[in-house]
Amino acid sequence: MTCIAKFNLFLLPAVSAEEISPERQSDLLHLLRHDCGACHGMTLKGGLGPPLLPESLAKYPKAFLRQTILLGRPGTAMPPWQAFLTQAEAEWLLEQLLKGIDDNAP
Amino acid sequence: MHLSWLTLLFLVPTLCVGMPSTTLCVDDVRGTGDLGVVVERATGSVLIVETTTHTRLAKIQGLGDLSHASVVFSRDQRYAYIFGRDGGLTKLDMLRCEIVKRVMQAGNSVGGAISQDGRLVAVSNYTPGGVKVFDAATLELLADIPTQGSKVVGLVDAPGQRFVFSLFDAGEIWVADMHSPRSPKIIKFKEIGKQPYDALISPDGRYYIAGLFGEDGLARLDLWNGEVQRILPNYGKGDIKKPVYKMPHLEGWAMAGDYTFVPAIGQYAVLVVDGQRIPVHGQPVFVIARPDGRHVWVNFAFPHNDTVQVIDVMAMEIIKTLKPGKAVLHMEFTPRGEEVWVSVRDDDQIKVYDTETFAEVATLPADKPSGIFFTARAHKIGL
Repeated sequence: MTCIAKFNLFLLPAVSAEEISPERQSDLLHLLRHDCGACHGMTLKGGLGPPLLPESLAKYPKAFLRQTILLGRPGTAMPPWQAFLTQAEAEWLLEQLLKGIDDNAP
Repeated sequence: MHLSWLTLLFLVPTLCVGMPSTTLCVDDVRGTGDLGVVVERATGSVLIVETTTHTRLAKIQGLGDLSHASVVFSRDQRYAYIFGRDGGLTKLDMLRCEIVKRVMQAGNSVGGAISQDGRLVAVSNYTPGGVKVFDAATLELLADIPTQGSKVVGLVDAPGQRFVFSLFDAGEIWVADMHSPRSPKIIKFKEIGKQPYDALISPDGRYYIAGLFGEDGLARLDLWNGEVQRILPNYGKGDIKKPVYKMPHLEGWAMAGDYTFVPAIGQYAVLVVDGQRIPVHGQPVFVIARPDGRHVWVNFAFPHNDTVQVIDVMAMEIIKTLKPGKAVLHMEFTPRGEEVWVSVRDDDQIKVYDTETFAEVATLPADKPSGIFFTARAHKIGL
């Protein structure tokens, strides 16, 4: 499984990879699957929170999605993640979500 | 590698791997009262464990997406029904270590229950919402209870051959009388509060309590007289809510002495239904009483999920803080409470503690473990 993950990371756009270390990228994907996944499902197909699949996110402007990650959505169960994510990290996670996350990454 | 692994799972859906100490999966005579199931959430597998010897007996693979999976047991304690996130319902024979039957019953589900008489298994769904009821023996679909798209949470069994559940989006509690399994009689309790996120039922089956995410307080339905009451209506008034990084779970009944304990929402506190408030380390997720009721154990949401705290019910204060490891997801007491098993997801471990001395008595490897379920649940209302 580890080799699959490394292979995926290798395919990421160079610009983001320069800003965020491979270790941090791996932590971020772990956070996404397991902690965001607590509400959105480990495979991001949705749960108490809505699905985070590329086709479900495509209709929203990127800035709105980034704001949602960092600041949360008042009136819903979505909390703000800015205490744990930088702007660049939120941006990078968003890029991964819009491309689609490999279900078998760790 | 990825493809071949998937193919293997597809072709051998009931792969059963015996562990070194196994006496299961063979014809040895044994009981099942000290067995349990541990969910390995990331790999679609479960472990069959034995509590007396702290051992893993078998690993069963091919159960689909088990993130947020839960388990109920047949009353003979031989079969486990596993409810997967992907809508899969699996019936597992714990003596033969094999999947007896598996059905994909919905797109996205959250939990289930077994009926008072043990003959029906119900599953609550997020997508497309609703509850489906199956024959526990065959997993044949008997009833489909749609909820107009509302996500269903907090599904439990209740006396009188009933299932009780809450509608997250609609803010309702429904009671389904299953005496005629193919034509359930539904009683709806409307406007019980905003966004019920989970619920529990008291051990005598009288009170059904739904926690509310959308407003302060909890909704309590008295199943004896059908009255809904708001409890703890003002517990968060005026407080600035802290962000909730994982929804609390209301499971079992943290009833100890004359008190009932529930997790606060958006506050680092455990609430006692008489109005007391016990400050704790983070946003509580599970608040579970030791079977004798003297202590209440609490785990926490991200980013405080490396910690477990123990509340002494006589003193109403924390007497112990444990650090089992990274991402503590669940705790399960042995039937009479001398030990507790704790799943530590990111350390790939189950830790077993002595509940008197708080000493660690055993560690078992497990792949991203989440829920731990012991067969003693088979004979408890609501579990």
